[in-house]
Amino acid sequence: MAAPARKTDIGPPHYEKFLHPVIKENYGKWKYHEVLKSGVLVHVAETGAKIFTVRAASPRLLSSTTILLVCDLADKYSNGYLRFTSRNNIEFMLDNEANIDPLINELKQNNLPVGGTKNTISNIVHTQGWVHCHSAATDASGLVKVVMDDLFEYFEEMTLPHKVKIAVACCLNMCGAVHCSDIAILGVHRRPPKIDHANLKNMCEIPSTVASCPTAAIRPTYVDGKPSVQIDEDRCMFCGNCFSVCPAMPIADPLNDGVSIWVGGKVSNARTQPTFTKLAIPYLPNNPPRWTEVTDAIKKIVTIYAQDAEKYERVGEWIERIGWARFFEFTGFEFTKEHIDDFKYAGLTYRRTTQMKF
Amino acid sequence: MSDSKSPLLDELEKGPWPSFVTEIKKAAEKSPMAQGLLEQLELSYKEKKTHWKHGGIVGVKGYGGGIIGRYSDSGDKFPDVAHFHTVRVNQPSGWFYTSDALRELMAIWERHGSCLTNFHGSTGDTVFLGTKTPELEGIFTELSEKGWDLGGSGSDVRTPSCCVGPARCEFACYDTLGLTYDLTMSYQDELHRPFFPYKWKFKMAGCPNDCVASIARSDFSVIGTWKDSIQMDTEAVKEYAADANFNIQKYVVNKCPSKCMSWDGEKLEIDNKNCVRCMHCINTMPKALRPGKEKGAAILIGAKAPIVEGAQLASVIVPFMEMKPPYQELKDLIAAIWEFWDENGVARERIGECIQRVGLGNFVEQIGLKPIPQMVLQPRDNPYIFYEEYLEEE
Ligand code: HEM
Ligand code: HEM
Ligand code: SF4
Ligand code: SF4
Ligand code: SF4
Ligand code: SF4
Repeated sequence: MAAPARKTDIGPPHYEKFLHPVIKENYGKWKYHEVLKSGVLVHVAETGAKIFTVRAASPRLLSSTTILLVCDLADKYSNGYLRFTSRNNIEFMLDNEANIDPLINELKQNNLPVGGTKNTISNIVHTQGWVHCHSAATDASGLVKVVMDDLFEYFEEMTLPHKVKIAVACCLNMCGAVHCSDIAILGVHRRPPKIDHANLKNMCEIPSTVASCPTAAIRPTYVDGKPSVQIDEDRCMFCGNCFSVCPAMPIADPLNDGVSIWVGGKVSNARTQPTFTKLAIPYLPNNPPRWTEVTDAIKKIVTIYAQDAEKYERVGEWIERIGWARFFEFTGFEFTKEHIDDFKYAGLTYRRTTQMKF
Repeated sequence: MSDSKSPLLDELEKGPWPSFVTEIKKAAEKSPMAQGLLEQLELSYKEKKTHWKHGGIVGVKGYGGGIIGRYSDSGDKFPDVAHFHTVRVNQPSGWFYTSDALRELMAIWERHGSCLTNFHGSTGDTVFLGTKTPELEGIFTELSEKGWDLGGSGSDVRTPSCCVGPARCEFACYDTLGLTYDLTMSYQDELHRPFFPYKWKFKMAGCPNDCVASIARSDFSVIGTWKDSIQMDTEAVKEYAADANFNIQKYVVNKCPSKCMSWDGEKLEIDNKNCVRCMHCINTMPKALRPGKEKGAAILIGAKAPIVEGAQLASVIVPFMEMKPPYQELKDLIAAIWEFWDENGVARERIGECIQRVGLGNFVEQIGLKPIPQMVLQPRDNPYIFYEEYLEEE
């Protein structure tokens, strides 16, 4: 047998090969859509043609076994066509409305619940954590699992004032858009890297290590006659950037690592401008496997938002309306020194007006 | 007493949300690497600490990107995951697949790797999570034989990605899938062979809802918009008006950020000259309202996460550009920006940080754009103006 041909720079397969015929025929000609029930959409084209979408949850970290199962379901109900969403949900596109309920039943039997449309909490965007990253201050997959278990009703039922997008990142690198979510869970280190002076010179390039620090906390030095670096601990904000370029500066520390909670960001331009998340809780301990301090805090935010926000208000818009002081009052979260910015553009967030609510 | 090797992780098989632990166990039935991952992860849960080491440089012949090296710091205890590299496979635009295509990918992955995947990585790639160095060439060869290629990693063009766009969304103002495919193919060399100062991400969103978070995560963000008037179906407006659970005044008109809508109980009016194209009214009344007909996209530049100089959202450099193949105007702009970056960028500095350092005014001047008010929210309010020229007395 001839060896298979090795080709480079061919790029991905053309997406047209993977489009359901109804989608191919009506590409760019969709007129409107409706949410038929939670997790089920219908898109209607100018021609009157319809395509039904069933959206199911996924843990993102999937075995080939589950992918193959999902393939079988697609063959059975959606002519073999499926896609994934930007929040890691699985979508089946059906031309036959009668297949919707049997598909949903079979998905549920295989523990792939259906929902995540409109005013729900959809799947949590997240990163690798202890599953696959050297930089992680916490585990992303575990946090996603416990938070979604706890908020499951909001995935299945469209009862919230608006959609709530949650994200998890396991360190400040924030691979993923956690800095613009309604609620963000961010792994944090809290102790400066411990320097392995004996090996640093062999493992790292000193100039690039010095240059890696955003706050210029690292300086070259000699320790026991060997070239190494030192850290001005007061300037370190625990980003781990130095560890990424220099493995002799490990930052992980079980005693101090944990999680911070952020709220009120969004990326959509609808109504208000895209905005960053803001700090709600500076530190909660890593308490695997079920991180109850974290799930309790998130549940509290979501519950109060659900009660108090107006329809079509995202979490950030709701907090802007009631004011941050009231957000802390309602949630009972303590406001601390850490909540006040002290990096570069800190002054922009100070209150420079006497307009206040009492 | 249970004899499970993963008592802590077993707790994460409880509850209604699908469990990643169950997935790792399913993969472990087929691959010892997945079993190794389960055991190492259990140790991380016990010690509250990662056991991955900083990645080394691994790859396939002729490529500088596409593989993320990953090594265990406890390879003696968990030899099956001593190497556990990620393979980034360039996903199809819009994340569309057929079952046959997925089976083809899984067959390759079951032969060569841990049987674990991410659908998808945050950049958009199809991620094969965990394999050993000697398997990499075989994976690549089999992928390419079936018409697949690797995605980006390192200081290169990262795999471009997009929202579902015109394939299944009536709001799309340009062909996000088409443009994504076109850019991916046009920049194959830049994608596979890192020679930039740092990573470069393209993200394509079909409208200002930005379902791929391009404004938050991409160096070069293309967000669909329109220039003319919102299209209105007055019959459908009446349907919404008749719906007892809906309130046009309260849910739509009052929430319009530019206060350019009015509703007298019968007629909905939009002062399109003052509409900021935020999508709210269209999102809430999709049967009645649609973006205009003169469609295109806004180009924004420079989004990034906090490391190193603090997080940034992307900012506007071109308020409106037509988006039609062969996308020449867009590609000329990209070429001009890459030339600027090549001259001005420093290692590990994203384009957004580079622009901060050089100044947006200098940046747009050097890439050949004219400064316009749409690039800022307001003119500067500080008087430290660096005038560049002065007159001499003759
Ligand atoms: C009624 C209005 C809207 C429609 C018809 C709509 C349509 C869609 C579609 C088709 C997807 C799947 C996209 C993909 O994976 O490529 C999606 C997902 C998403 N949309 Fe929208 N969108 C709407 C409003 C919004 C708004 C207002 C936001 C932001 C505030 C938003 C943000 C997102 C995000 C982040 C996702 C990923 C969600 C997931 O995968 O579960 N969308 N939307
Ligand atoms: C110093 C900066 C950074 C370092 C050292 C870093 C490191 C890493 C590492 C090691 C991984 C691989 C995790 C694995 O083994 O699977 C990763 C994944 C990733 N990174 Fe970063 N990262 C940095 C900054 C960023 C930033 C700023 C972004 C986004 C703008 C980003 C986006 C991503 C994405 C999308 C992934 C794929 C992760 C996933 O899908 O879960 N990274 N990063
Ligand atoms: S957020 Fe940090 S720990 Fe998580 S995958 Fe990215 S670099 Fe790794
Ligand atoms: S952790 Fe970050 S702030 Fe601290 S020394 Fe390292 S690079 Fe600097
Ligand atoms: S960004 Fe706009 S066009 Fe794209 S899927 Fe979202 S709503 Fe549709
Ligand atoms: S798109 Fe936004 S700004 Fe324009 S009319 Fe609708 S709600 Fe108002």
